[in-house]
Amino acid sequence: MIDSASLLAVLPELILTAGGLVLMLVAAFGGDGTARVVNWLAVLTLAIAGVSISTSVANGPDAFDGLVRADAFSAFAKALIYGAAAAAILLAPRFFLTDGKERPEYPVLILFSSIGMGMMVSAGDLLTLYVGLEMQSLAAYVLASFMRQDGRSSEAGLKYFVLGSLASGILLYGSALLYGFTGTTAFDGIAVAMGDGVSNGELFGMVFLLAGLAFKMSAVPFHMWTPDVYEGAPTPVTTFFGSAPKVAAMGLAVRVAIEALGPAGLDWQQIVIFVALASIILGAVAAIGQTNIKRLMAYSSINNVGFALIGLACGTPAGVAATMSYMAIYVVMTIGAFACILQMRDAEGRPVESIASLSGLSQSRKGLAAAFAIFMFSMAGIPPLFGFWAKFLVFDAAVAANLTALAAFGIAASVIGAFYYLKIIKTIYFDEPAAAYEAKGGAVENVILTACAVVIVFGYLLNPALDAVSAAAAAALF
Amino acid sequence: MDGFPILSLMMAVPMAGAIACLFAGANAARWIALIATLVDLVLGILLWANFDQGGLQWQFQEYSPIFGRFAWALGIDGIALMLIILTVFLMPICIGASWEAINKRVGEYMAAFLFMEVLMIGVFAAQDIYLFYVMFEAGLIPMYLIIGIWGGADRIYASYKFFLYTLLGSVLMLIAMMWMVHEAGTTEIPALMAYDFDPHVQTWLFLAFFASFAVKMPMWPVHTWLPDAHVQAPTAGSVILAGVLLKMGGYGFIRFSLPMFPEASSQLAWLVWGLSMVAVVYTSLVALVQSDMKKLIAYSSVAHMAIVTVGLFAFNQAGIEGAMMVMLGHGLVSGALFLCVGVIYDRLHTREISRYGGLSINMPKYAVLFLLFTMASVGLPGTSNFVGEFLALMGIYQASSWVALVCTTGIILGAAYMLYLYRRIAYGEQVNADAAAMPDLSAREIALLAPIAAAVLWMGVYPESFLAPMRSDIRALEARLAPAAPAGDSHIKMGAAKPAGEAHHEEVSAHGEAH
Repeated sequence: MIDSASLLAVLPELILTAGGLVLMLVAAFGGDGTARVVNWLAVLTLAIAGVSISTSVANGPDAFDGLVRADAFSAFAKALIYGAAAAAILLAPRFFLTDGKERPEYPVLILFSSIGMGMMVSAGDLLTLYVGLEMQSLAAYVLASFMRQDGRSSEAGLKYFVLGSLASGILLYGSALLYGFTGTTAFDGIAVAMGDGVSNGELFGMVFLLAGLAFKMSAVPFHMWTPDVYEGAPTPVTTFFGSAPKVAAMGLAVRVAIEALGPAGLDWQQIVIFVALASIILGAVAAIGQTNIKRLMAYSSINNVGFALIGLACGTPAGVAATMSYMAIYVVMTIGAFACILQMRDAEGRPVESIASLSGLSQSRKGLAAAFAIFMFSMAGIPPLFGFWAKFLVFDAAVAANLTALAAFGIAASVIGAFYYLKIIKTIYFDEPAAAYEAKGGAVENVILTACAVVIVFGYLLNPALDAVSAAAAAALF
Repeated sequence: MDGFPILSLMMAVPMAGAIACLFAGANAARWIALIATLVDLVLGILLWANFDQGGLQWQFQEYSPIFGRFAWALGIDGIALMLIILTVFLMPICIGASWEAINKRVGEYMAAFLFMEVLMIGVFAAQDIYLFYVMFEAGLIPMYLIIGIWGGADRIYASYKFFLYTLLGSVLMLIAMMWMVHEAGTTEIPALMAYDFDPHVQTWLFLAFFASFAVKMPMWPVHTWLPDAHVQAPTAGSVILAGVLLKMGGYGFIRFSLPMFPEASSQLAWLVWGLSMVAVVYTSLVALVQSDMKKLIAYSSVAHMAIVTVGLFAFNQAGIEGAMMVMLGHGLVSGALFLCVGVIYDRLHTREISRYGGLSINMPKYAVLFLLFTMASVGLPGTSNFVGEFLALMGIYQASSWVALVCTTGIILGAAYMLYLYRRIAYGEQVNADAAAMPDLSAREIALLAPIAAAVLWMGVYPESFLAPMRSDIRALEARLAPAAPAGDSHIKMGAAKPAGEAHHEEVSAHGEAH
């Protein structure tokens, strides 16, 4: 039964839906000329939706008889998702302009994807989970092939679609098994049913469910699509893929693991530990040989997801808080790094993607080079940059949860990852200059870049706030 | 100076200078850097002057919990004070050494050096274990850039090696720190120093910290990054690397490994001794056959640092005081030696020893100063290194006479390779015309080397100035270690003091020697 409290609890989604539909009509009737306006209105819609998160939490935590959860956890994840989505919209126009014209469908698709992501992180039921996931994915498939005249982009979209559908199928199969063996699709119901021992059927369902989720967050061994899609998709879309959907998938995985599969903690812990370490190592090793910066970022995201999963592997409130903090810091680093990558344009303004073209950037574009170096050192986890703190939190949670060996192994593997980040800094700072880039970046790019760099450099001052918010988010799940 | 945040100020001054340098032109950046480091030197002297010797163990404390899980907690004892003084003393000299040698991307270079100074002071002043780690690790960034951008031909390999070696060493330390903080419930270093960890766990914690400090120190066999880094780094980079960065390893042992894990330190002392003995003999022999000046001095650093580690793991006051004195002395002397190499490198652009010869003829002033630092490195009485090496070896003799025996050969070998180096550079025939035509030291170069020469002699003639601030801290450390200290094999027996007039001399000769 639909009551007003439930509707208010999904207010952010309602706002995004209304905004998305209206803007789609504007785009359809107004044509490509409206792109600029639609962009800003889409950002505005995301901002309003972001503000309305507090209303939704006030009317939470349960809505629609537990189908949807509006708690501190979903609020934390949604704020991140909306912020990342807005950044992905703001960074796009300049990229699309170099290739001809802007298209207003881009922000609209991101809005629709954001609705799906919002539903993912506030799912309280396997069905909400699936609907949210598909909503996000469908928009993402279209986004990946957005440059339809570009062969690489179409290929990326198709690959993403085929593999994504497979993953959805696996996930759906897992959901069906869980439903069959527990008799319910509600997360808390599943947890109750698993409370008196985990049957084989439930175990299979859980494994399939987790496999589907691992695909969505591109964790090893379900990561294969990531490099191709990252490379083929238009760079603003890659920015988006690298940030918001990762948070949504991670948020969803955390919620499912804790709320629905909590009693099977010891079973999924092994899976998560394997996936985490495999992602860290593969992401680090495979990135070393890359020559395309976007492919490198794809492996970097696999690597980072592995670190974030260490927090989940702890299964403790501190671990969940660490995972969510990790994602928050990761999103800032990713958006900052992509804001740098988007500025990689040759003298005629065409985008370039090869790492070699960065050679000697520090002599032609000092500011850009410094920002790039900050994000790379930060991703490598070198203090005093904020990326170190993200890793610190997950390892600290692992040590507190008596997973010292996991922490030691993970942190040792992070040194492998440091190598390829250093390689980029080496290219920028040590190598002889290559052909110069365009003399200066766009204003919006520079603002976003600077904001991210400031957060990464002075992030430690945010620690008390981040600790409090992420702890509250984690507490909502236990 | 009560309550005045002088340590924060000492970090703020170079930080502000670093930011200013990034935006300044080449010449302005040089002056900004010089002024910032000189201001810091003045502040350092003020710090020393206001340090209450024998007063509270921790002084100039600051605390503000602005980082959530860890705090901006600073404070120093005598040991940290001396290392901070060493840092601020060497920094203006480094800037001066780069005055003419560095002429591309000067602003960034000076900024990197000033940032390095912030971090070095931070490492020695941090009283929060995580703050220490942040400062300790962050030092990799500026040093990576300094080696990689302004280094020699093979700079990229050297910078990677430096970075990854040190990073791999330190990450395990971080895991150990986390475990300790969860166990003890505090991040404050003084509290952790007094906490008694379970002896079984101590072994693991010790090994984790050892991985980090042994690489930083560097101890054999994880020293191989050092010769590469030294050879490729610009002169001032080598000075700061040898002068201060290596001391972070020794400081780490003295601040963390020994007081926090006394039982493990004692159990694993054989490991440290063994590695140190190998280092002293092996790296000295390696130094003997080097044809590259910087490499030779780099290997001699490894040998000297091994004397530091045996001194520290002697578990007694003499040994630890000696280790500290070697660290301070070596900081000055190896820094000065790298400067001496830099002086002739700037003229001839080669580090090949065989390209020089007979420099005492055309560069007499240079030959005199170089001789002084060579002798100091050998450990001639009257110079800084003699005091330290003597105390350290005396300390280790009480713990293990065999280790003392092997390590003392290092002094002989040190004399061999240093004097051989000096002979090939300063004496003999002037075989190369270009080397024979090199002009003597300029006023700027004399101004760089003279203060170090003065400090080296001061430390050799009146070491009490430097030992006094550290004495009570080292005594406290010795007391902390006493229950766990290994028994020692030298069984020194002091004769009981007899009233004057009795058969005093016979008593002494009967009991007063070590068996």
